[in-house]
Amino acid sequence: MAGEATIISAAARTSLWLRPHRIALILIAIGLVLSAAFFMRWDWLPQYYEMGLLGIWRSLWILAVTCFVGFLLAVPLGLAQAAGSFWFSAPATTFCTVIRGTPLLIQLWLLYYGLGSLFPQYPWIRESWMWPYLRQAWPYGVLALTLSFAGYEGEVMRGAFAGVPKGQLEAARAFGMSRWKIFRRIWLPQAIYRALPTLTGETVLQLKSTPLVATISVIDIFAVSSKVRQDTYLTYEPLLLLALIYMTITGILVFAFSKIEARIPNKIG
Amino acid sequence: MSPALPAAVRASNPGATLIDAFLSASAAGIIELLSPYPPGWGGTLLLGLLHSIEIALGATCLGLLIGTGGAFGKLYGGPVVRDLLAVYTTIVRAVPELVLILLLYYAGTDLINQALTAMGYQRVDISGLAAGIAVLGFVQGAYSTEVIRGAILAIPQGQIEAARAYGMSPGLMLRRITLPAMLPFAIPGLANLWLIATKDTALLAVVGFYELALATRQAAGVTKAYFTFFVAAGVLYLILSLVSNLLIGRLETWSRRGMPSLKEAR
Repeated sequence: MAGEATIISAAARTSLWLRPHRIALILIAIGLVLSAAFFMRWDWLPQYYEMGLLGIWRSLWILAVTCFVGFLLAVPLGLAQAAGSFWFSAPATTFCTVIRGTPLLIQLWLLYYGLGSLFPQYPWIRESWMWPYLRQAWPYGVLALTLSFAGYEGEVMRGAFAGVPKGQLEAARAFGMSRWKIFRRIWLPQAIYRALPTLTGETVLQLKSTPLVATISVIDIFAVSSKVRQDTYLTYEPLLLLALIYMTITGILVFAFSKIEARIPNKIG
Repeated sequence: MSPALPAAVRASNPGATLIDAFLSASAAGIIELLSPYPPGWGGTLLLGLLHSIEIALGATCLGLLIGTGGAFGKLYGGPVVRDLLAVYTTIVRAVPELVLILLLYYAGTDLINQALTAMGYQRVDISGLAAGIAVLGFVQGAYSTEVIRGAILAIPQGQIEAARAYGMSPGLMLRRITLPAMLPFAIPGLANLWLIATKDTALLAVVGFYELALATRQAAGVTKAYFTFFVAAGVLYLILSLVSNLLIGRLETWSRRGMPSLKEAR
């Protein structure tokens, strides 16, 4: 720890943010951006503007839904692994291992092509109310991303549930709280506080996984940029803009989460 | 996958022909489909797995090189080097791997070919393996930079001061003290990166590199046995990460030899 302190203080001595070399670097960066704006082709932008916005909206929507539902699934998964009996913890552990041990792309294709080729064989599925949805691609994308998020976050929640000090739970029991009330008032909130810092990283990772749904023909922002590349034969412009869009979304996410984290008492346990 | 249904049930089912098609691909058919000899596609999958492992190994090694250099640059480099490295790690960690792979692949092959034509050589086709390793290695490098930087910071400062007091040159100190001493702190993070690398190789399928995911997609597309092949590929990936976990566990105990065990340290 002493090492960290000396290095931080060494950095602190020269920590004026805007030093001459930084100004030079910023000028170079501005020069690069300007030359990209003037010397590259951007005339396709007005034509694809609306499609792009729709794509961004779809990516964000998929991100929000899969993270939310995935987290709801992660809580029982984590609880089962941390405190469940063998019959609960073994399936939960297996699920997390399988999800974390295989690429998301394979899971996505297994669901889309595998289930997608299986479903039409059953007439009762084709006649049910679900069929108009099951024929589209996005439910499979959302399902795969949700399960993936649940698998990764379930492992985090296992650690978070296990990390809540025993004394807290014993005190709650001494107050005569019922098991459900202990879970709702003591165990779950403290576990979520513990998991929150990793939640930022997981959400950013999830954002970076969303372009995979483009491989099963969901038109998200990545698919829009691929379409622009096919239509205009431009290689770099759509990809650079796409990278910029993802960086902006990541920045906003990290900022928002840091605000949420700042509201939470930082001394726990 | 259900075993073969009685013939009567199959005949009464309106989708019987489809189910027949599917069943032929289940039960005994699966073994035939997955056999490693030509009518089966097992050989294709295994070859794809081999390519995946090659790419992942190469990318991890390249990432380690970049990461070690990057970590030293971030810790001991001049202000410009530090800022440039901060930009590198931030951008790579904020942009989806898929986008980076596309960008780096096109930009990399373009740059190399332009450099070659400028020097008066012929244009070359970059092999998929080399391109995949370079692109994934560049991405891995950003993550390893952070892992190794953290691990170097975790070394007790006294060890480095002692090395300096012995009059070791920076190179000798790196080889004898810093790298071995940071290893136990870096291995969990680097192991995680290796697992990510094995899974990220699947992304190269999207740009058309031949590896397990693409091989599986081809096999599934030709035989229409999507379920069988994607499950098989999933099992192969899972075996790869479980075996890796086993080896990593051994490596971790080896690298922590002579140190108090983690449980006692707590």
